Order: sequence, then structure tokens, then C-alpha cells
Amino acid sequence: MTLSLLFQHIVNALSLGSLYALIAIGYTMVYGILRLINFAHGDVFMLGAYVAFYGITLVSLPWWAALLVSIVFTAFFGIGLEKVAYKPLRDSPRISIMISAIGASFLLESLGVLIFGGRPKGVPVPDVLSKVLHFGSVSMITVSLLIPLFTFALLGVLLWIVNKTKTGMAMRAVSTDIEAARLMAVDVNRIVSFTFGIGSLLAAFGGIMWSFKYPQLNPLMGVMPGLKCFIAAVIGGIGSIGGAVLGGFLLGIIEIMMVAFLPTLSGYRDAFAFILLIVVLLVKPTGLLGKRQAEKV
Amino acid sequence: MNAATQEKTIALPRNRLYSVIAVAAFILLAFIADRFFDAFTLRVFNLCAIYIVLALSLNLLNGFTGLFSLGHAGFMAVGAYVSALLTMSPQLKDMNYFLVPIVPWLHHVTIPFLPALIIAGLVSALVGFLIGAPVLRLRDDYLAIATLGFGEIIRVLITNAQPITNGAQGLKGLPRFSTTFAVWTVAGLVILFMALLMRSSYGRAMKAVRDDELAAEAMGINVFRVKVTSFTVSSFLAGVGGALLGHMITTIDPKMFTFMLTFNILLIVVLGGTGSISGSVISAVVVTILMEALRFLDEPMNLIIFKTQGMPGLRMVVFSILLMVMIIYRQRGLMGNKEFSWDMLRDLFVKKGRKGGDHA
Amino acid sequence: MPEQTSSLMLNTSHLTMRFGGLTAVNDFNLEIRKNEIVGLIGPNGAGKTTAFNVITGMYRPSEGKVLFGGRDITGMKPHGITALGIARTFQNIRLFKEMSVLENVLVACHMSIDTGLFGATLHLPGYRSRESEARRFSMELLEQVGLAHLAYEKGTSLPYGQQRRLEIVRALATKPKILLLDEPAAGMNPQESIELMDFIRKIRDEFDLTIFLIEHHMQVVMGVCERMYVLDYGVTIAHGDPASIQKNPKVIEAYLGVD
Ligand SMILES: Nc1ncnc2c1ncn2[C@@H]1O[C@H](COP(=O)(O)OP(=O)(O)OP(=O)(O)O)[C@@H](O)[C@H]1O
Ligand SMILES: [Mg+2]
Repeated sequence: MTLSLLFQHIVNALSLGSLYALIAIGYTMVYGILRLINFAHGDVFMLGAYVAFYGITLVSLPWWAALLVSIVFTAFFGIGLEKVAYKPLRDSPRISIMISAIGASFLLESLGVLIFGGRPKGVPVPDVLSKVLHFGSVSMITVSLLIPLFTFALLGVLLWIVNKTKTGMAMRAVSTDIEAARLMAVDVNRIVSFTFGIGSLLAAFGGIMWSFKYPQLNPLMGVMPGLKCFIAAVIGGIGSIGGAVLGGFLLGIIEIMMVAFLPTLSGYRDAFAFILLIVVLLVKPTGLLGKRQAEKV
Repeated sequence: MNAATQEKTIALPRNRLYSVIAVAAFILLAFIADRFFDAFTLRVFNLCAIYIVLALSLNLLNGFTGLFSLGHAGFMAVGAYVSALLTMSPQLKDMNYFLVPIVPWLHHVTIPFLPALIIAGLVSALVGFLIGAPVLRLRDDYLAIATLGFGEIIRVLITNAQPITNGAQGLKGLPRFSTTFAVWTVAGLVILFMALLMRSSYGRAMKAVRDDELAAEAMGINVFRVKVTSFTVSSFLAGVGGALLGHMITTIDPKMFTFMLTFNILLIVVLGGTGSISGSVISAVVVTILMEALRFLDEPMNLIIFKTQGMPGLRMVVFSILLMVMIIYRQRGLMGNKEFSWDMLRDLFVKKGRKGGDHA
Repeated sequence: MPEQTSSLMLNTSHLTMRFGGLTAVNDFNLEIRKNEIVGLIGPNGAGKTTAFNVITGMYRPSEGKVLFGGRDITGMKPHGITALGIARTFQNIRLFKEMSVLENVLVACHMSIDTGLFGATLHLPGYRSRESEARRFSMELLEQVGLAHLAYEKGTSLPYGQQRRLEIVRALATKPKILLLDEPAAGMNPQESIELMDFIRKIRDEFDLTIFLIEHHMQVVMGVCERMYVLDYGVTIAHGDPASIQKNPKVIEAYLGVD
């Protein structure tokens, strides 16, 4: 293996890791607040990609405008989804709300098939993003470089919101103890909506970037990334944003490297994430950065 | 109070009579179906039986032991493949395995359906046991996601184990062993098994684990053992169901056993009521018929006045919405955790007749 | 009535339970002899329930040992400990919510019925006789506490006092040697509390039991317990007979300081 090839793999790994991280954050934030695995999150990611696609192809928006429209739309969509599918079940057993999430996920996928069509669609990647850059013997497309950059920028904003703003403080309060937060006059509904909004926005951004990097859309494109990113969130320690980022990058890097260095195992690529998940759950169920919570009797 | 109990003791033999009549009527129906239904209708009819088996196996976990498992499709796949490989003739195997030849030790194995079905269940149960032992230490959503993961792992393994499973090509031309007699006999046995189990002390222990693990443990119940047992038995039933499904459709491949299949079964269990055997049975029949009846939604329609294009996806839209509406507005499903009884049916009509009645 | 030390039923040595930085139970040394009724009192959060949880195997202690009849049971699973003869009730009632009163009790008989999955499902003769014996025994227990007429009601639909009683019956159905009661009088009115005291004495005598109970109602503890231990912030600040506890300045301070 040449050094340049290795470098190329690293860039690919970083950009896949970034995309995973972006989606994993949505899972971790929602889980932190509602203790819910939002099964539909992967499908929100798919929706974001489609909306941008139609923005570009149908309305002929410039790609950045389509991106903006899509993430705003998807953010509101995520908020609406919570209100319709999860809010009525907030006081129900956790299994019920999870079943609703599974239902929502299948609903979005089949709506996708119905509305967008089941056949894969080719994405017209904007020239700026598909330009091939050459650094000596290393060549790569711009989007692979831009994805990590955008991701870090978004992460910076997110961390600022969570740690420095009043809303962020309220979010942390709700995720520590929803009842106590309510008693301290935190508007829990608003915080939950806000969380879904942010999570969906990041997922949409991830979906759009995904569709520029792997330029093909289909209504089930969110399923695997969705599951894997949930796994990434668990590996990192669910509830922790830093953990989700760490888990996302870890998973992305390991996957790319595995395919690159052990090509005979590439058929097992999708199983690998699950094996990792089970190992983590059994060995350190709180994940790498998660805090331990003992159950009281 | 006393009058009511007296009425019950009189009603008992009468109810038993009703049950005998109902079972007899059903057997007659099965015979008629087998002789006179067209191929499609008969297939739907028999599919109901298979889904009853599958729904009960998931309900055993989900409704009776309180274990939320999403890996059911994996166990069905194991059962379907084991039974297929054990019953297919060497010539048939040669025709299927044209890319990579089948491993020699499997090539010449051909055994009758009944032992194959049992072995399919047992292998599936073994896989369930091996998976359950570590995974059942997890709770709730973690258990769900881990079982989902195992389901996917099984599928990926099947896809990659080409010399054994023929990989992504799948297997074609499975013998049509899932006759009306076979599937309904199995369904009947499974219903009976579940009813007896749930009436027994072991069934009570399972329900205790579902209601409150800690209290169950404090009452001397080995919670972990009960969970593993439940998981293993459920895997057995899922394997049998999967095998029956394979021998009905006669073509299996790894893509058939995705999470989507688990979703269908989960839908049946939730609609019927988690923790109700009769609920699962009724719901399996209704959902299976609906699934097939609503196939037209996905296909092009020609309604004399106007033609519709096919609308693939619409059917699943309907079912997803059905699941969500049910879980949001009627969480307990059709039957809750109650069982069907003739008294219940009578109450239903009596209530309509004279309001209030003797129910204080 | 001091008895010989040979009949030591339950004891702990240097039992300590820490949660992170918090030491919920600190160097707890308990000794209970056969047929005694011993109390465990202390302000909220003193570590009483935690002590119960460690003894019954719900938590593994950070340090120390639990001995039952001289046998080291530290680290055993709760169901194994129950099988040895330690039964308990819960402070926050934990009945099986989908079950009738009778079924709640029958669950506790599972240990004595269990003939394995297939024996039970197929209702083999061995299973049948044990099941009907368990039903008879459960009804008898319910009869004794005046709950028999409610046998087919849902357990959680009973009034609070009866639910507590049902929890005790359920624990009794495991055929224990020692019964651990976590605040059995909580939520009861004075009249019910007095009845409960009589009831506790009655079951002790009738079932040849030893009883260890946590209680906030001073009236109950003082009335029924022969000896008691007082915890405060996990530390045993006193033990002795009711009269001496009542006069103990440390105990008075602990209670006044918190309440
Ligand atoms: N699983 C746990 N994890 C962390 N801390 C715990 C746990 N269980 C108990 N504690 C803490 O240990 C301390 C003792 O709790 P415990 O429930 O034993 O008190 P208690 O004496 O029973 O009080 P009460 O009278 O309120 O029932 C408390 O500070 C409690 O918060
Ligand atoms: Mg307590």
C-alpha cells in the first residue's frame, strides 16, 4: 500500500466518520432527553437528502440554497414528527413509544417509496463539490474534504448552544431529570421540540452531504446509516454528544479501514457494526464516555 | 355475586360445547378450503396459520415475558434454511448451487419433512439460546437493539456463507411441504402449547418477570433462567414458522428475512394485544388477509371509470399508520391481555340488548 | 428472652455499601436470633432499605459479609437467597400488576411447584399435585389474613393497606425462615397500624418466623420490636431494646436534626 493510497483512505474515513457523527448526535440528544431510540431518525436523514435533491432538480435552486431549504424543512419535520408520534406516548411504557418510532420509520420509508418512487435516483453533484483535487499523487474530490470541515463547524456551534446558552442549559437539565426540570419551570415541550429540530437539522445536513459523496438516492438509504449511527451513539455513550462524535468517527474509520485492508471481510461490513455494538453493550453498557446509572430498588 | 357464580357453573359445559363446535366447524372449513378454494385464496388461508405461529412466538417474548426482541426474522431465517437444506434433493441442490458448489456433507442429506421441521426448530432454538444467554442481561431498548443486531448478523452470515446457504442467490424450488394440513396442525399445536403454558406455573413465572423483574426475583424466581427459556422456546417456534414459510413460498433468500418481516409480526402482536393468545390469533388472521387483500394498492388498478397507476408503498403506508394509531390510541390492542371467551362474546351482545345489565 | 447464640439466624459483619462517593451503609453489624422481632429505624435516607437490598442480594456489598444460619450468602443471587429462606417486602409496593391476588401468591410458590417448562406445560401428574397443593396453601394463607374473598380481584386494585398485607402473604408463600419487612405500616392509619402489629406477632408465632422490619411509625416499632438498630447516614448509632433506644440522646438528636 502506498502512502498516498493510505492518505486517501484516511480522508474517506474522516468524511464517513463525520457523516456518522452528524446522525449519531440526533440519536444521542433524543435519547438523552426522552430515553427513546428514534428509529425514524435514519429516515429523516433520507428525507433531507430527497428534499435537497428536488430543490436542485425540480426548482433549479443552487445547491447551497437547496441545502438550506432542506435542513430548515427537515428540522420542522422532525419537530412535527415528535408531536404526532411520540408526544402522546411520553408517559407510556418505553416499549410503546419505541413501537411508535418503528411505525414512524416504516411509514416514512413507505411514503418515500410512494412519493419519491422506489427506484434509485442519481444526484447531480454540483461542480464545486465534485472537483477532483490533486495533492501530489493524492487525489480526492472536494466534498470528501469539505464534509469534515463543515462537521467541525457545526459541532462548534452545537457545543456552544448546549454549553453556553440558556436553552442549552435547559436541555441538559431536562436530560438529567425531566421531572426536576419541569419543577424548575423549564418548558419541557419546547426543549423536546428544540432537540428534535436540531437533531433533524444535523441529520438532513448529513443526508445531503451523503448524497453528494455517494450520489444516489433511494427511500431506504437511511436504514443502514440510521442503525449504524445509533450504534455509534451507544459505543460513544448514549446521552453524550462528545460520545456520539467519538463513536461516529470510530465506526467510520474502522469500517473504511476494514474494507481497505481486509477486503475479504468486506461482505461482513454491515454485520461488523452490530458485533461491535453487542460487544460494547456486554462489556461496557454505558459506552466509552457514558455515565453509570444504578437502578434503585 | 352468588347468582353470577352459579350462572358461570351452568355456563361452563355450554361454553365447552360451543368450543367443540367451533373447532369442528373450523376443521370442516379447512377441508373445504383445501378442496375448493382457488390457489391464491388457499395460500392466504394457510399463510394465516403460519403467521399465527410466528405471532405467538413473538408474543411469548414481548407480551408474556416482557422482553422486547426485534431479531425474530433472524430465527425464522435459520429455521427456513435448515429445513430447506435438509429436505431438498441432491439434484435440486445442484441446480441451485451453480456459482459455488455446496459443501459435500450437506449435498446428500435429504430427510422427510417432519424431522426436518423439528430439527429446524431445534437449531433455531440453539441459536436463540446462544444469543440469549449474553444478550438477556440487557433491558428494554438495549435488548431490542441488540436482538435487532443479531438478526442482521444472522442475515449477513447467511449471505456470506455461500457454500452452505448459496449466499445472496437464495434457494429455489423448495418442496411444497406446507400443506393445509401441515400448517394448521402446527398452528393448532402451538396455540394449545401456549394456552397450556400460560396456565401453568411456568407461565405465571414468565408473567411475573414481565410485571416486575425484581419482585419476581425476590419471590425466588430465577429471572435469568426464565428469560433464557422464554427466548429459546420463542426461537424454536420462530424457526418452525420460518421453515413453514419457506416451504410455502418455495423460494428463500437472505433479503426475505429483513427487519421488515419482524415488523409484520410485531404489527400482528401489537394489534392483537400483547399478552393475549387469542388476540394474536385473531390479529394474525386479520392482518394476513389485509396484507394480501391490500396488495392491489401497490398494483395498477383498472376501475372501469379510471385507471390508477400502481402505487407501490401505499400498502405499507396503511400498515405503518395502523400500527401507530393503535399504539397511540389503543395501546393494549384488540384484546389487551385478556383471552377470548364465549362469555365475553355474549356480554358483547347482551350489553347491546340491555344496557348496564348485571355488570356493576 | 435471651436465647443461646447457637440459634443465630441472620448476621452481617462489617457490611458496607457505597454508591460512588456516598456510603449508604457503613460497617453494619447485625445479629438476629431465631424468633426475634428486630427493628431497623433511622431518618430518611439513612440506608435502611439499602441494608435490606444488600442482605437479600439485590446489591452486592462493597465490603463485609452476610451470613444466614452461619452460612456465607454474600454475593448470592436474590432468588437463591429467597430459596434459602429469606423473604422480603418492598417499601414501594411491588405487586405483579396484571395478576389477581391469588396469582400473586402463587408466583411465590413457583419454587415449590417448578417441574420445568415441559412438566408444567403438559400438566404432568407430578406438576398437577404440586400445583393443587400450592393453590390450597395460597388460599389458606389468604384466608388467614382475610383476603380470601378477594382472591380473584386484581392485586393492584386493592386498597393500600390490603396491598401491603398481600405483599406480606406473598413473601410468606415462599416459606421463609426470616421475613424482612420494609415499612409495612407506611400509609396506614393508626387503627390499621395496631392491627398490623398484632398480625406481625401472630405470623411470627404461627409460622415460627423471625422478623426484621424497617419502620417509621415509632408506635409500631416500639410496640412490636424486642430489639432495634438505629441507622443515621449509614452509621449504626445505637442498638438495644426499645426503652433504651427511646432515651438515647444520639437517636433523639438524629431524629430531631432531620425531621
Ligand atoms: N441504587 C442507588 N444508587 C445510588 N444511590 C442510592 C441507591 N440506592 C440508595 N441510594 C442512596 O443511598 C442512601 C440511602 O438510601 P435508602 O433508600 O437505603 O434509605 P432509607 O433509609 O431506606 O430511607 P427512607 O426512609 O427514605 O426509605 C440515599 O442517600 C439514597 O439516595
Ligand atoms: Mg427505605
